[in-house]
Amino acid sequence: MKTNHLLRTVRIVLATFFYLTVTLLFLGIGWQFNLWMGWVAKVQFLPALMALDFAVLAGLIVLTLIFGRLYCSVICPLGVMQDIFGWLGKKQKKKNRYSHSAEKRWLRYSVLAVFVVCLIIGFAPVTTLLAPYSAYGRIVNSLFRPLYDLLNNALAALDARYEWFVFTDAEIWMRSVTTFVTALLTLVVLAVLAWRNGRTYCNTVCPVGTILSFFARFSLLRVQLDKSKCKNCSLCEKNCKAAAIDYKAGTVDYSRCIACGDCLPQCRHDALHYRPAAMHPTRAKLFGDPAVPKRPQTASAEREAADSPDLSRRAMLTGAAVVVGTAAMAQTKIKVDGGLADIEDKKVPQRKTPLTPPGSLSARNMQRHCTACQLCVSACPNNVLRPSSDPLRFMQPEMSFERGYCRPECTRCSEVCPTAAIQPVSPEDKTAIRVGHAVWIADNCIPVANGDHCGACARKCPADAIQMVDYTTADGRTVQVPAVDAERCTGCGKCENLCPARPFSAIYVEGYAVHVV
Amino acid sequence: MDRRDFIKHTTAAIAGTSVLLSACKKGKSTVIPGDASESEGKMTMRRNPNTGDVVSLLGYGMMRLPVVGQGSARETPNAPIDQELVNEQVDYALAHGVNYFDTSPVYCQGRSEEATGIALARHPRNTYFIATKLSNFSPEAWPRHESMAMFERSLKYLQTDYVDYLLLHSIGGGSRGKDALETFNGRYMDNGILDWLVEQKQKGRIRNLGFSYHGDISIFDMLLRWHDEGKYHWDFVQIQLNYLDWHYAKRNNPRNTDASYLYAELHKRGIPAVIMEPLLGGRLAKQPAHILREMKRMDINATPAEWAFRYAGTPEGVLTVLSGMTYTEHLAENCRTYSPLRPITPEEDAMLMRLADAICSLNAVPCTACNYCMPCPYGINIPAVFSYYNTCLAEGIIPSGNTSDSAFRKARKRWLIGYDRQVERLRQADHCIGCDHCLPHCPQRIHIPEEMQRIDDFVEQLKQS
Repeated sequence: MKTNHLLRTVRIVLATFFYLTVTLLFLGIGWQFNLWMGWVAKVQFLPALMALDFAVLAGLIVLTLIFGRLYCSVICPLGVMQDIFGWLGKKQKKKNRYSHSAEKRWLRYSVLAVFVVCLIIGFAPVTTLLAPYSAYGRIVNSLFRPLYDLLNNALAALDARYEWFVFTDAEIWMRSVTTFVTALLTLVVLAVLAWRNGRTYCNTVCPVGTILSFFARFSLLRVQLDKSKCKNCSLCEKNCKAAAIDYKAGTVDYSRCIACGDCLPQCRHDALHYRPAAMHPTRAKLFGDPAVPKRPQTASAEREAADSPDLSRRAMLTGAAVVVGTAAMAQTKIKVDGGLADIEDKKVPQRKTPLTPPGSLSARNMQRHCTACQLCVSACPNNVLRPSSDPLRFMQPEMSFERGYCRPECTRCSEVCPTAAIQPVSPEDKTAIRVGHAVWIADNCIPVANGDHCGACARKCPADAIQMVDYTTADGRTVQVPAVDAERCTGCGKCENLCPARPFSAIYVEGYAVHVV
Repeated sequence: MDRRDFIKHTTAAIAGTSVLLSACKKGKSTVIPGDASESEGKMTMRRNPNTGDVVSLLGYGMMRLPVVGQGSARETPNAPIDQELVNEQVDYALAHGVNYFDTSPVYCQGRSEEATGIALARHPRNTYFIATKLSNFSPEAWPRHESMAMFERSLKYLQTDYVDYLLLHSIGGGSRGKDALETFNGRYMDNGILDWLVEQKQKGRIRNLGFSYHGDISIFDMLLRWHDEGKYHWDFVQIQLNYLDWHYAKRNNPRNTDASYLYAELHKRGIPAVIMEPLLGGRLAKQPAHILREMKRMDINATPAEWAFRYAGTPEGVLTVLSGMTYTEHLAENCRTYSPLRPITPEEDAMLMRLADAICSLNAVPCTACNYCMPCPYGINIPAVFSYYNTCLAEGIIPSGNTSDSAFRKARKRWLIGYDRQVERLRQADHCIGCDHCLPHCPQRIHIPEEMQRIDDFVEQLKQS
């Protein structure tokens, strides 16, 4: 009896540890934290599968073969999140409210099949949506990170006053409306399902759950109901959030039991134990009872139509290049001393090929391997990475440089990525990787547009890929404009970021479909 | 008891207590803090040899007027000027003997003259001298009627029908695409404005005609040549003078001229000198610890500002020393410093020259935050960047040394966080594109884009380490 309580408590402690750690990783509590605890993201099943991290996969499979689907109770953050909502539901509704149901094998296997097919062909919308750890990452990154940043900024304001020099102001901005809405819907759907009926998602739709269920059926340690001692009080079944216990038949469906231990302390008749299989005479049935109370289907989050902020290329080229200079020139006429010119925000250019970070090898590779968990987005210190709204690369990261550029010495995204969609690169490796090349737009360029001498891109380029050359404008002036050496340009985006032309840069990066090394 | 007895007893008691108290005086401090009364001296005055004006040695510069809230009109360009405070401060100045007020149509984004006029109009006109300028810097103001209109506007804002001291503002400066001579000719010669001003002087609307100088020395020399040749007569000239620029202006920036030369040229012609930048825009008021130490050793009570003002007021050819006193405390302190002036002794002079040498070798950006370069058309906050860099230099918190050293890492973090707080990201040095718009405007002739690049390289190095 005491052991039963202890087992459950241990599970809760471990689950809390993993859950909090993952949450803090996505909130971006600090790079040191990522360095120490980033491994928690890398032991997630699906990322390990995509990264072909056989060590982790083997470890998790062995874990499942020994303990059952303990992964789902402890390691998977989406699972623990559902447990929280389930607990809230229990508080609000009543205790002992679950009941056994039949396994919906057809549903589980067909969803898994679809998932696997999509994974192989790289159909991102399905794989990103269904992946449990990624879904949780998106929820934290899109919904809770802004709140965390608000708190951080309040502390930074205090810091400015008391000069601790610990907190810096964080930019809070909407990286992608579609991702935000998707995360919100995911949260709402799962919250409702979990509140009402526990681990519905985990046992019907979740591909990881289904894969682990294969191994869990043969687990060494398992929850076992001793019919000889059972008094049919039904408390165990009523507290099973996975609907896996059938007290009447005395069976536990090990493909669905998530080894949470909630049932164990309920039994007052010493009939329920978590034991090695060989020890107990009664073999649990491998298949659940065919009697089926209907359970609500998990609705997959609706795919939002990709919102298009894009303006046509034409608009970008002509007329839209409002140069800050002209506005401020008017100011300098009379007032000589003082004042700050307004700076217009930069707009995202429409790239023909999306930009993915160094280490991702190619846009296709990214598409195939990324589960859109947003860990790289959250770790990017320069506001470069953001989730895509393109349906084919749904919520997967892409780069843009209106707020910062991909600093040559920074390799954080490659360090955190748990699926190895962005493979680890060292800063030395990175200097040799070319993800795109800079393209110049004459009409936006300051020397062409208003005659000021510029050359910022050439001066700032870390790869020395730009030099200034003479150019004759349409109205006959000779000015100096940038000439890009595409063989040297790595696509870091510093030129696009620092180009003074606003709202559209006069020089921007076009991606290479396959990165050049 | 009766009254007589009462008095007797009380007196005895008092006497007794005093005796006791005086016996205890050994070892007790007796000076009440804060009781230091203001200097009883009177403001040192200087006589203008041309008109006989008796001018206070301290001149009130109206370029850095206080705004509602915090700071001066410099830092917060859109905040309204705190007229009440300006009035109070002008009242205080007049009460303490200050009678010279220097303004210009372009100071405080064009609001200075109006604020000055409102403050001064509350006093009898013959109790103060107004100095203003023909600040037709931009080519839009060069046409004759525009420049004339600027002068008339000045009179209107200052609520007067004559100006005591009228200056050609900052001769020696260039403008976009034009060198200093072209600019000077465009502003004052080709449109006949200089001659027109001489006419106004003959009509009594200007009492003293002069000019202020920054930049290309050839214009300064040319105007003095005209003075020698009798073509024009300068009643006064405004120059930059302080213990740094006396001998070290050229060392700081080879395009500038030492104040010793400028002053000598004026003095030998008997032209009174009006002094600007005695504190280099406040830079000389804040010194690094090792320099402050030396100053305190020479005089424990004197502040760096006091040293600078005493130095600027010492030369006998100086008519008045201008100070833009945003805060009442500065005004009070400067009044005290000049009531009366204690001229710098040769020993003190030697010390100041030594310190000037030390300050130069700090390699700060010689920016006086005059804001003439602003607004930068691409949004760079030039004075803020320079100010942050200089402050860090002065306080010794420039990170340097071994990058793995924890003290370095701490200093680096502090520097970078402080930088982001002081200057908005998009307005930092890395965004300077080198368009060179600011170059002709800087009175200190700082090569702003070069300095920006230097600071950017430094920051880049910090970020990458």
